[in-house]
Amino acid sequence: MHTIEDIKQRIKSGESTARAEVEAALARAKQHEDKNIFISLTPERALERADEIDEKLKSGEIVGSLAGVPFAAKDNFLTLGGTTTAAAKLLSNFEAPLQATAIEKLEAEGAICIGKTNLDAFAHGGSTENSAYGPTKNAVDDSKVAGGSSGGSAVAVALDIVPFTLGTDTGGSIRQPASFNGAVGVKPTYGMVSRYGVVAMASSTDCIGCFAGTMDDAEQVMGVIAGQDEKDMTTLADYYTPAKVKQSAKIGLIKEFMGDGVDDEVRAQVKEYAEKLTVAGHTVEEVSMPITKYALAMYYIIVPAEISSNLARFDGVRYGQRAKDATNLDELYNKSRGEGFEAENERRIMIGSYVLSSGYFDAYYLKAQKARTLLINAYNELFETYDVLLGPVAPTPAFALGENTSDPIKMYLADAMTVPASLAGLPSISVRGGTTKAGLPIGIQLTAQQQNDSELFAIAKTMESHHG
Amino acid sequence: MTQISRDDVQHLAQLSKLQLDDDEADALAADITKILGYVEQLDELDTENVEPSYQVTGIKSVWFEDEVQRSDVGREALLELAPEAVENQIKVPKVL
Repeated sequence: MHTIEDIKQRIKSGESTARAEVEAALARAKQHEDKNIFISLTPERALERADEIDEKLKSGEIVGSLAGVPFAAKDNFLTLGGTTTAAAKLLSNFEAPLQATAIEKLEAEGAICIGKTNLDAFAHGGSTENSAYGPTKNAVDDSKVAGGSSGGSAVAVALDIVPFTLGTDTGGSIRQPASFNGAVGVKPTYGMVSRYGVVAMASSTDCIGCFAGTMDDAEQVMGVIAGQDEKDMTTLADYYTPAKVKQSAKIGLIKEFMGDGVDDEVRAQVKEYAEKLTVAGHTVEEVSMPITKYALAMYYIIVPAEISSNLARFDGVRYGQRAKDATNLDELYNKSRGEGFEAENERRIMIGSYVLSSGYFDAYYLKAQKARTLLINAYNELFETYDVLLGPVAPTPAFALGENTSDPIKMYLADAMTVPASLAGLPSISVRGGTTKAGLPIGIQLTAQQQNDSELFAIAKTMESHHG
Repeated sequence: MTQISRDDVQHLAQLSKLQLDDDEADALAADITKILGYVEQLDELDTENVEPSYQVTGIKSVWFEDEVQRSDVGREALLELAPEAVENQIKVPKVL
């Protein structure tokens, strides 16, 4: 595995250079082309930046904590040097005039973006099958999905192409593909990382996070991208500090996530992880959170509502693909959007329009936002006693390509265990929990109170050192 | 359970500024009916006297100083993004 530290050491000792590391990462990306991980590679800009960093290293200038470390970003982060498509036809030629805050912060530390990874169009989906560029294949099994929506970013890390990638997680889009491919996946507290320059999906739950091979690398990346940003007024005042190792945490295992509908092998892995936590000195107790049963229903009202509003900006007027032969402005909107969106985008936009319509607003949207309060209250109650909550990331390991594409509800159910933390704005991570007998990775989900992100790293790290 | 018809879908499509053919509309009518049927389980929850949670971290309105902020992105760069631009303006077909 190429960790951030390995790469830094190689460059520091003179064994390697930033250029050599970027070239090697690009070569690995090419070697795995059949997985359809990248929508675009940007070798020109990446190598130019690598040479700049190598120059600075030679002359002894300070070049940052990630100098020469290659990474990739989900293709909904605005970047310079290539396209930002959000995996949608509507933005297939879009070249951003600015960069996302998270990208700027990584570049300021010397990290080098080598390309943009595949996703469900506009991040709507849980399998990366809704991409206009075709699905990404699972890291370990070509017949299985990568998960999603940040499928490409998860597979890029799982196959060791780059030590870390950026993703977005609105309802599980980092944690679930991390679980499906065997990477570490981090969704921080809502507002820890600026959303500026990232294609918006649902503004009240959208979070920027990362995939990495190790907890240490994930923690380091989050430390770089975290922080208040005047360009995103929902960012929190800086609070993030490196983890303090807690000797004995109190951990609640959510009963409702271990019942029927959860794959036996997934349940067994979570139980095994719970036992290991106990051996490591933590206390694990079963807890009940009946309201989680309703979280998915809340999510599929609130999120489409926000999507229908956020995606109104894609109109074919100021940027993006414009339909040919429209004779008036209304036709231009309707055709450009109809041609530029994928079916799942349209489904969510229309559900959003429906639940926000006068006459239905109270029954759906307001009802869901009130139910969300009940969910938050249930979490708060548990956090009075427990430091961290534990459960699976997803009810199953990676499912087969095409298995859930004809039934949106079946596809949505893959998010049932990740959306609760999203609705409550909680930090939640996916850590490796072993594999099925067939070799498919299984992720374990750890969730903490708002702004207790570092506690999750601390616990996960004690587990890595105890059990590899 | 709420039933969504092809006409309902075409009305929603109009509100959402989406052009759909009848096949797409029929498929969406079935999907949307199914999804609304699923989310309607929230009716089982008693939410009387419960406040909605539109924002989850407690941040209230955040204000900027009333000062002009210069963007790094100039007018030229923005006009270049437009599918059609003429003399510093974005061109669209007739409005009516």
